Amino acid sequence: MTVESKQQNDIRRTVKKLALIVVGMCFFVAALVPLYDLFCEVTGLNGKTGGPYVFDEAKTSPDTTRLVKVNFLTNTNQGMSWDFWPEKGAVRVHPGSANTVSFYVKNTTGRPMIAQAIPSLVPSSAAEFFHKTECFCFEQQLLQPGEELEMPMRFIVDRELPRNVQSINLSYALFDVTERIGLPENMQVLDNQVSPVTGG
Amino acid sequence: MSEVIHADHHDDHAHGPAKGMLRWLYTTNHKDIGTLYLWFSFAMFLIGGVMALVIRTELFQPGLQFIEPEFFNQMTTNHGLIMVFGAIMPAFVGLANWLIPMQVGAPDMALPRMNNLSFWILPFAFSMMISTLFMEGGGPNFGWTFYAPLSTTYAPDSVTYFIFAVHLMGASSIMGSINIIATILNMRAPGMTLMKMPMFVWTWLITAYLLIAVMPVLAGAVTMMLFDIHFNTSFFNAAGGGDPVMFQHIFWFFGHPEVYIMILPAFGIVSHIIPTFARKQLFGYTSMVYAVASIAFLSFIVWAHHMFTVGMPLAGQLFFMYSTMLIAVPTGVKVFNWIATMWRGSMTFETPMLFAIAFVVLFTIGGLSGIMLAITPADYQYHDTYFVVAHFHYVLVPGALFSIIAAVYFWIPKWTGKMYDESLGKLHFWLSFIGVNVTFFPQHFSGLAGMPRRIPDYALQFADFNMISSIGAFIFGFSQVFFLYVLIKTIRSGAPAKGRSWEGAKGLEWTLPSPAPYHSFTYPPEVKSEEAYG
Repeated sequence: MTVESKQQNDIRRTVKKLALIVVGMCFFVAALVPLYDLFCEVTGLNGKTGGPYVFDEAKTSPDTTRLVKVNFLTNTNQGMSWDFWPEKGAVRVHPGSANTVSFYVKNTTGRPMIAQAIPSLVPSSAAEFFHKTECFCFEQQLLQPGEELEMPMRFIVDRELPRNVQSINLSYALFDVTERIGLPENMQVLDNQVSPVTGG
Repeated sequence: MSEVIHADHHDDHAHGPAKGMLRWLYTTNHKDIGTLYLWFSFAMFLIGGVMALVIRTELFQPGLQFIEPEFFNQMTTNHGLIMVFGAIMPAFVGLANWLIPMQVGAPDMALPRMNNLSFWILPFAFSMMISTLFMEGGGPNFGWTFYAPLSTTYAPDSVTYFIFAVHLMGASSIMGSINIIATILNMRAPGMTLMKMPMFVWTWLITAYLLIAVMPVLAGAVTMMLFDIHFNTSFFNAAGGGDPVMFQHIFWFFGHPEVYIMILPAFGIVSHIIPTFARKQLFGYTSMVYAVASIAFLSFIVWAHHMFTVGMPLAGQLFFMYSTMLIAVPTGVKVFNWIATMWRGSMTFETPMLFAIAFVVLFTIGGLSGIMLAITPADYQYHDTYFVVAHFHYVLVPGALFSIIAAVYFWIPKWTGKMYDESLGKLHFWLSFIGVNVTFFPQHFSGLAGMPRRIPDYALQFADFNMISSIGAFIFGFSQVFFLYVLIKTIRSGAPAKGRSWEGAKGLEWTLPSPAPYHSFTYPPEVKSEEAYG
């Protein structure tokens, strides 16, 4: 083998290795998305709360030695003119007990719209100890013009909640997803729950 | 000269450039492609500079005088994108093309045809991006960092052109980097071991690995944007279960190594110029190599210091604060090594040396304001203010850009065979030096006082600092037009240059005649110890 053809072979081998790095980094960036979600779910870092939770009331007893204050915040995302408010601004609950609060939403526009509520919880260290067995954020809401809806939310603060957490802020941002989801063809539908989604 | 005579006997070799303009389109010669890259980046530098002057004109006085806020946003965005991707990066690639084969004793780059392709993609990418400014709805207006949802939900319609332009730039950079690594690893002259390589070659080797690692990440980020905009996905859309903060993580995972991509080759250039004009060997060659490698490694684990204010747990803030401060250690090693190289040297102050010394001083100022920004609690005050603008312009303009200008003055005798006019070069240096400091130093103060960046109007209290800044910007801008004049004058009527154009210059490129022959080192040269940087 001459010196030149050996060099050409070496170059080809280097290029193949480098191309592998490029392809590998492409897979890495694709994997970043699920990894990010997983990381946030495990650590609760971005304040996302989990999906529907199965709660067996018979097996746990409330921790009556302490009360945790849960504050509710609601807002609509930019450009969405619905009214959206909680029944109570805050409740005091015992960890381990099931509680129900209501949220209200009203379509103040002149057209049917679909909304999706996205929760966010502060402090993030409490996110994994906040469970919801029922939440309007697990579904989307289709409201006719002027229609108002009461939406229950049932939650349990885990008994394992760190003692230093004395208050939890749960915020819901309401997004207009009418265009993303698309209105059903028959606009006379009055069923408020369109399609359940998991998570939320 | 024996190899030149030898080559004359082989008629299958082309001996000089082809005739006509099409030569530039078809060329696979590393010197031609280097020239193309350098002129392209200079053109982009002037376009990006005009945009900067539009910004500084609007900010000359408080209130809105000349342009609409919407257009102001397009100017800040395109100024950033063009300077980063169109001026600084292609200029370094151009220098790599010209210098790396000559410095390692290779006849050309390893993959000459891919080299041609990686250059010729760029004019198309930037035509596409700049053309959006003339479209209905305007061009990119979301900042060079194009945070979602500004760049997705609220983006102008032309954003798709921007996305594909970024894809093209990324493809060009990846191909260029593969070429550079393949050349350095396989085509060094016998005897040139890795630890005898010139510093510019070392810094580019590491930079090329950074590019290969992070350009796919940038491509991934813009591809996700594309899907969010056109295919109804929700990578960055909270309503659909996505997260806009994830965009910032992905962007800065690309973005921070990108910052070092724009400075590591500058370290290499300065490590050639200072020893030459101090007439001493570079102090601490081995530590310089390891410092560059450590900076490159650290660049992958500090990205979130750009986003301290998104709401991070304390552990995250501390990790990113300390890892960022750690970068000061290898960077400090480099700065002290340059100073030690000058210590008791027989220094002379030709134009490249002036730019190199200004680089060391002003880059250090930019580095120190970087340490201030790394302090998490302080960053809450500095975030998105003009202090950040002052910081990154100090590392990019008198940092990266000064090193490129220094490199042009240093190697132009080798490229053209002509020597530039020393007094014009010095005048250019002093105008640039004064201009850059008058422009950016006051921005530290307006930033600390709370002036936000990327806003076309400001409170009256910032009026004086902004006026000074704008005056400095015009001095700096026009002194770069003067640079163009100096270059043209050199090429047309410069005095003939010697092969070893500088008394203290070491390295294989200086063993060639000036201008360097179209084909050099067809047969590998012998690496003598006095030319190696070991």
